[in-house]
Amino acid sequence: MTEKIGTIKERAVKFATLVESMIEDAVEGIENKDQSALETVIRKKEPLANSMEIEIDELCIKHLALIRPEAKDLRITMMVAKMSNDLERIGDHAVNIAKSGVFLLDKPFMNSLNEIPKMAALVGGMIKHTIDAFVREDAGLAEKVLKDDDGIDDFRDRMMNELIVKIKESPDKTDLVIHLMNIVRNLERVGDLATNIAENVIYIIKGKVIKIHTGDDTDIKNAI
Amino acid sequence: MESKILEVVGLNAYYGDHLVLKDINAAFPERKATAIMGPSGCGKSTLIRTLNRMHEMNIGARVEGKILLHGENILTVNPIVLRRKIGMVFQRPNPFPTMSIYDNVIAGYKLNGVNLPKLERDQIVEKSLNSAALWNEVKDKLHKRGTFLSGGQQQRLCIARALAMNPDVLLLDEPTSALDPKATSHIEELIVDLKKEVSIILVTHNIAQAGRVSDYTAFMYLGELIEFGPTEKLFTVPEDKRTEEYLSGKFG
Amino acid sequence: MKAIDREAKKQVTKSVGKNILKDRIFEGLVILFSILSIVPLIFILSYIFAKGFPKLFIPEFWISAPPVGQSKVAIETIGMNYGGIANGIIGTFFVVIMAAFIAVPLGVMTGVYLAENRQSKIVNAIEVAVDMIQGVPSIIFGIFINIWLVTTMKAGYSAIAGSISLALMMLPIVIKSTEETIKLIPDTLKEAAVALGTPYYKVILKIIVPAAMSGIVTGVLVGVTRIAGETAPLIFTAFGNPNVNYNVTQPMETLPTLIYNNARSASPNLIENAWGASAALVVLVLLLNILTKVVVNKWKVKF
Repeated sequence: MTEKIGTIKERAVKFATLVESMIEDAVEGIENKDQSALETVIRKKEPLANSMEIEIDELCIKHLALIRPEAKDLRITMMVAKMSNDLERIGDHAVNIAKSGVFLLDKPFMNSLNEIPKMAALVGGMIKHTIDAFVREDAGLAEKVLKDDDGIDDFRDRMMNELIVKIKESPDKTDLVIHLMNIVRNLERVGDLATNIAENVIYIIKGKVIKIHTGDDTDIKNAI
Repeated sequence: MESKILEVVGLNAYYGDHLVLKDINAAFPERKATAIMGPSGCGKSTLIRTLNRMHEMNIGARVEGKILLHGENILTVNPIVLRRKIGMVFQRPNPFPTMSIYDNVIAGYKLNGVNLPKLERDQIVEKSLNSAALWNEVKDKLHKRGTFLSGGQQQRLCIARALAMNPDVLLLDEPTSALDPKATSHIEELIVDLKKEVSIILVTHNIAQAGRVSDYTAFMYLGELIEFGPTEKLFTVPEDKRTEEYLSGKFG
Repeated sequence: MKAIDREAKKQVTKSVGKNILKDRIFEGLVILFSILSIVPLIFILSYIFAKGFPKLFIPEFWISAPPVGQSKVAIETIGMNYGGIANGIIGTFFVVIMAAFIAVPLGVMTGVYLAENRQSKIVNAIEVAVDMIQGVPSIIFGIFINIWLVTTMKAGYSAIAGSISLALMMLPIVIKSTEETIKLIPDTLKEAAVALGTPYYKVILKIIVPAAMSGIVTGVLVGVTRIAGETAPLIFTAFGNPNVNYNVTQPMETLPTLIYNNARSASPNLIENAWGASAALVVLVLLLNILTKVVVNKWKVKF
């Protein structure tokens, strides 16, 4: 009976690993112009991610109805239900990145393309640390993830400025740049979602709600 | 669809002129745990006691309808034979006070005059006490009186005693009501293990227990069977409004 | 404090004082009356023991019959047997055991029946009858058996007749204690046995009666204690016998009848023996009481 909470935790970790691999595959597909990697993300992994979200939601409801958990188990159940939504959205962003990647397959190389894997690595690290923090119940690690998001935001701001300059320099490459901007924006959103998940993990461990402010003026600029 | 071990068809039960069970129809699945829950006075204890004809111990109790075990109507067979196939454990642990632990487990055979060879007896006692998760705690004091055990141990002894008869169905009438929380959780774990071998029907006034332990749940109210279904479904999407209100604690 | 309060306090103190005094007087009276009740008992017991106890230590006392005929001469002659109460001891033994043999099975089964069928009207009538028997004076049983067995059936005085009359006296005690003990046994015990598929008679014999054993045995012992000292019924049934007798169809002496028969005898020797018998009887009853208490304590069954 008590092993059911273990099942919930295990499913959450599995889901996170899946969406982490989706980001990796999408970025790797862009880097190496690997079409099959991109296709895998869009056609195989995305439906899987959707069904995993549904499965976790049902598992959490069942646990609440039948076992009526209290205290930490209750926090875990509630937060995993929320986390699965965020994880599914990470998956959606991975799909968006992959779709842009498909467009870029046969397009010429741009310098900015080198920055994408770096940003992706940072974001992937955030997801990984969040999962580790969840499994090991390490609040310190989760709090570090909250700070890492600042780095992601800075990265995005820098790249956006770079890419805007590129459009002015080479207007014929505008469509390319727009896709690059799309990829950058999606990666930054993944960072935000990973931060959300880290906040949920902190709530599970400490029972306190910690929200960092996500709004700043650069958001208005990104409305473009 | 799972196979059904016990089927209740059109059961009405009377205490004197008073109708206490109204047209009960239910099919209990084999090798699963079915919980019967409901507020006080809903008839759940009455129902479970008809399943092994214990209601006949009350003067003025009578039933109409059919109860089928493996297709045979138990209301017409010899009750003594029936009670060897359907065992029962009661709310208050009731080991026989004049018998040792060993003799308590084997009591079902001894009291019926069945004399088994010692080797077979020892095997039955060990197997039953193991199934009841009590063997390790009492294996060195089998000759001691059963009444010296704690409440939870006594109840497991009663379960072992019932299991020794190798019944098809085990009826549990609020088996943990008289026990402390630790003993209760032992018994609940035991039920989850046992149901793989014996079909279990248990009456409980504790909704959470029904949720933790049972595969199917029957909800009763005022002598009627309101709803019967897989526990998961009944607890999340009940069909009847009264089931929903009971689950939300609107009436006890 | 105000004057009114002071006055009230004085009144309360005075009445409390009066009540304490009343309490002390009451306590004193209770102790006094308790002592007064015990004093006659102490008198009787010490007198019996003084006169009879020494005789208990003479071995011949236990194994010989009372001397017949030249008892007066026997006293003055050295080396003559003073006699004993062997006939009474053996008689008490036989009569009480036989009475128990009749009363116990009958009484236990009746007690079980009454306890198991509480709703029936017949059962209620029987319970009333049992209570009434307990109130009947003991001599009536003697006369009853006398008229029925001794006279009408021409069986004559006999130990059997004596034991029947004593059995009738013991019966209600056994019935009542069996019934009450079984009523105290929780239903759950019966349910457990029934749920295992045990036939009804086995439930009674193997579960209920063993669980009630301490109460049943207590009832038997109380009954035996009661009848061991009964005189009146035996006078009319067993009658008495100066010789040691092992034949239960013949008149037999018991300790109580021995005392009755010898207490007003012309022979001082027989009177001596009667005192000895009294002491023996008191010791017997005392031992039975102690045995009862020991059994009650040791055989308590917990549910």
